[in-house]
Amino acid sequence: MPQEFKPGCKRPEIKKKQDTGGAPAEVQRATEEVAQKMIRVGKPAPDFTAPAFYQGKFVMASLSEYLGKWVLLCFYPGDFTFV
Amino acid sequence: MEVLSVSVDSIYVHKMWNEHELSKMVKGGIPFPMLSDQDGSIGKQYGIYDPDSGVETRGRFIIDPDGIVQGFEVLTPSVGRNVSETLRQIQAFQLVRESEGTEATPSGWKPGKKTLKPNPDLVGNVWKEWEVSEAF
Repeated sequence: MPQEFKPGCKRPEIKKKQDTGGAPAEVQRATEEVAQKMIRVGKPAPDFTAPAFYQGKFVMASLSEYLGKWVLLCFYPGDFTFV
Repeated sequence: MEVLSVSVDSIYVHKMWNEHELSKMVKGGIPFPMLSDQDGSIGKQYGIYDPDSGVETRGRFIIDPDGIVQGFEVLTPSVGRNVSETLRQIQAFQLVRESEGTEATPSGWKPGKKTLKPNPDLVGNVWKEWEVSEAF
């Protein structure tokens, strides 16, 4: 039976079925974490382009369009989360 | 200053969230682009993607007009950000930039408070210019 859980801002972890053919899960996780490095202050912000909802329209937005302006880039866990 | 928000939700969900909830808290709805990073690739570039839950944590980056990251803060999902602290930091970075690095903002600096002008004579003499109580 699917089990009920209490909704929170933190999303439940996704339990993936282990792929026994590949590397052990710990090795896979370690590789993923090496691949994802924290960026450094005083260094260029990585550029990106992504679809966006803006003033009632769907647009493509790139960080590089904002060169010459101060930018506050905010990530968050998801729409309709609580805080 | 321009704001960009990013989550792994689709642009359709962004539209619905804006229409059904956010526009009831912010008159006229969200004034900045709400970006959709559905595969988390932008979040991974910035080091704030959580592969266990498949979402991005509360990462906030201040980027200057040259595209350089001046500061960031990352929180786990259940604690919201302090917007006034973010604005204070941006004002401090703007002041330092306008002074071309001749001024520095000591701990607890706010607009109107004293800045410090780093120079050889200031070495060992900050105590004459600045008091700990000014940090609060």
